Amino acid sequence: MADHDLTQPPKDAAGVATAAPAGFAEPAPPARAARPARTRSGRPGPVAYLLRLVVIGYLFLLIAWPLYLVGQNAFKDGFDSLRDVLSDPDTVHALLLSLQIAAISVAINTVFGVGISLLLVRYDFPGKRVLNALLDVPLSVSPIVVGLALILVYGGRDGWFGPALEDAGLQIIFSTPGMVLATTFVALPLVIREVVPVLEEVGDEQEQAARSLGAGPLATFRRITLPAIKWGVAYGVVLSLARSMGEFGAVKVVSGNVLGATRTATLVVEEKYLNFDKGGAYATAFLLALVAVASVIVVSVFRPKGKR
Amino acid sequence: MTPTTTVQAGRSARVRRPARLGRSASGRQLTRASGLGLGIAMLWFSLLVLIPLAAVAATAAEGGWSTFSRALTNEATAAAIRLTVLTALGVTAVNVVMGTLIAWVLVRDRFPGQRAIEIIIDVPFALPTIVAGLVLLSLYGPGSPLGVNIANTRIAVFLAFLFVTTPFVVRSVQPVLAELDREAEEAAASLGASRFTIFRRIILPSIAPAIAAGATLSFARAVGEYGSLVLLSGNLPLRTEVASVRILSSIENDNPDNAAAVAVILLAISLVVIVLVDVLQRRVVRRG
Repeated sequence: MADHDLTQPPKDAAGVATAAPAGFAEPAPPARAARPARTRSGRPGPVAYLLRLVVIGYLFLLIAWPLYLVGQNAFKDGFDSLRDVLSDPDTVHALLLSLQIAAISVAINTVFGVGISLLLVRYDFPGKRVLNALLDVPLSVSPIVVGLALILVYGGRDGWFGPALEDAGLQIIFSTPGMVLATTFVALPLVIREVVPVLEEVGDEQEQAARSLGAGPLATFRRITLPAIKWGVAYGVVLSLARSMGEFGAVKVVSGNVLGATRTATLVVEEKYLNFDKGGAYATAFLLALVAVASVIVVSVFRPKGKR
Repeated sequence: MTPTTTVQAGRSARVRRPARLGRSASGRQLTRASGLGLGIAMLWFSLLVLIPLAAVAATAAEGGWSTFSRALTNEATAAAIRLTVLTALGVTAVNVVMGTLIAWVLVRDRFPGQRAIEIIIDVPFALPTIVAGLVLLSLYGPGSPLGVNIANTRIAVFLAFLFVTTPFVVRSVQPVLAELDREAEEAAASLGASRFTIFRRIILPSIAPAIAAGATLSFARAVGEYGSLVLLSGNLPLRTEVASVRILSSIENDNPDNAAAVAVILLAISLVVIVLVDVLQRRVVRRG
C-alpha cells in the first residue's frame, strides 16, 4: 500500500485503520494550517479579540438587539396583534397599496436601470460622465426634499406642469401616480449600481460575435446580454423592492395620507404608534422589517462568494 | 487596476464609483435605436429627477436673498439646521472610526458568525426608516430593557442618524481593504514598524479615499434623514427638531418658498462638507 493512500481516509476499509492511526495523525495538521490566510499574520492576538468584541458589541447594541425587540413586541400578545392588523381592512389596504406602488416603481426602475446601464457601459456619448454622476443624486437627496420637488412641478394648484396635467384629467400629487413617482425617485440608482459592474465584467465580445453572426439587437439582448446580467438585475430588483416598500418621507409629503385611499404601510406604522395602538404599530413594523431582512438575506446568500 | 476594485465597491449599490466609466475602450457610437433609447431615458430622468430638483432651486432663488435670510433668521429654522449639521458631522466621525473598524474585522479576521454580521450591517439600508425609529425606540425609549430613555432628546437624533448611516463607510472600505496587497505591511513589520505605524503609514493612505467616499454618503444621508426621527425625537422646536422636519412643516403650512430655501441651504452645506472631506482625504493620502 502506497504511503499517500493513507492521506485519503474515506478509501480505507476498517481493516486498514488499525495499522493507520500514526499515518493519519501526521498529514492532517499541515492541511488545516494551510487553509486560512491567518497563517501569515499568526494566530489572532489579544488585539484581534478586542476588536472583534468591540464590533460585535457595537452592532448588537445599535442594530441586532433593537431589531429583535421589534419582533418580540409584535408577538407580546401571541399572534393577536398580527391578526388584528391583518383583519383591519384599512391596514390591509395600506399593505396592498405599498405592494402595488413598490411593484410599479420596481418595474419602471428595472427597465430604466437596465437600459441606462447598457447605454453607459456600451456606448459613447457626450455628457456620459455627468449623467453617471447625476444618476447617484437620488441617494443623497432628503426624502422630504424629493416630495417638495415633486409637488413644485406636479402640484395640482401651482406646480409647473400640475395644472395642465390636471386639466387633462390626471391628478398626480395626493394620488397614486405621485406616490409612484416619489418611490421611483428614491430607489432609482439601485438597479443601475448592480448592473453596471456586471456589464463591465462580462465585456461585449459575445455580443459582438452574436451580432456578426446576424443576430438583431433584440435577439442579442435576450439571448446573450440578459442571461449574463440576470443576477445583477435580480439583486437590484430585490434591493429596490425593499427600498420601495419602505419609503416613508417622500410618500408622506406627496400622498396626503388619506385613510383607506393613499395611506401606505409605513404611514400606518406612524399613525398607529401616535394613536397609542402600539401593538398594531409593532405588528405592521414587523411585517415591513420581515420584507427588509428577507431581502438582505436573499441578496447575501445568493450573491456569488467572489463578488463580496 | 482601480476599475476592478471599484467594480466590487459597487456591491450593494451605495458606494461611489470614481471615474469608472472613463475608459471607453469598447464604447461604440450611438446607433439610431440606442440614440432613441437614450432620448427616452433622459426624458424620463429629467421629468422624474432633474426638473423637480431644478424647481426647488428655482423656487428658492425666486425670492432672492430675502427668502434665504428670512429662513436663516428664523430662530427655530437656524436651530434645526445647526442641530442637523452638527449631529451629522458627529455621526460621520463615529462612522469613519467604527465603519473602518468593522470593515477591518470583516476582512482581516475570521470567526464564526461573520456572515451574520454581514447581514446585520445591511439591515439599516433596507429597513424602512419609520421602522428604524420604532426599532430604536424599543431598546432606548420608554420601557427600555436597558433602563434608559432617550426618546425626545438630542441623543435620540444622534442615535437615529447613526443607525441609518452604519452601512456606508463599512461597505465602501471593505472591498478596498480586501484588495490591499499585504506585502508592504509585511515588509514594514519586518523592518520593525509597530502595528500603529503600519496602519497609519501604509494602510490608511490606501483606504482613505474609500473612507472619504463612505463618509460623504453617510453625511448626506444623515442631513436629509426624516423617517427614523418621527417617533423617536419628538420634533421639539429649538431642541430636537431637524431640518427635514422644518422643511416638511413649511410645506404643510403652504410655504414652499421657505421649504425650498432651507433645502438649498442644506445642499450648500453638504457641498462644503463634501469638498472638505475630499481635501482632508487628499492630505492623508499625500502624507502617508
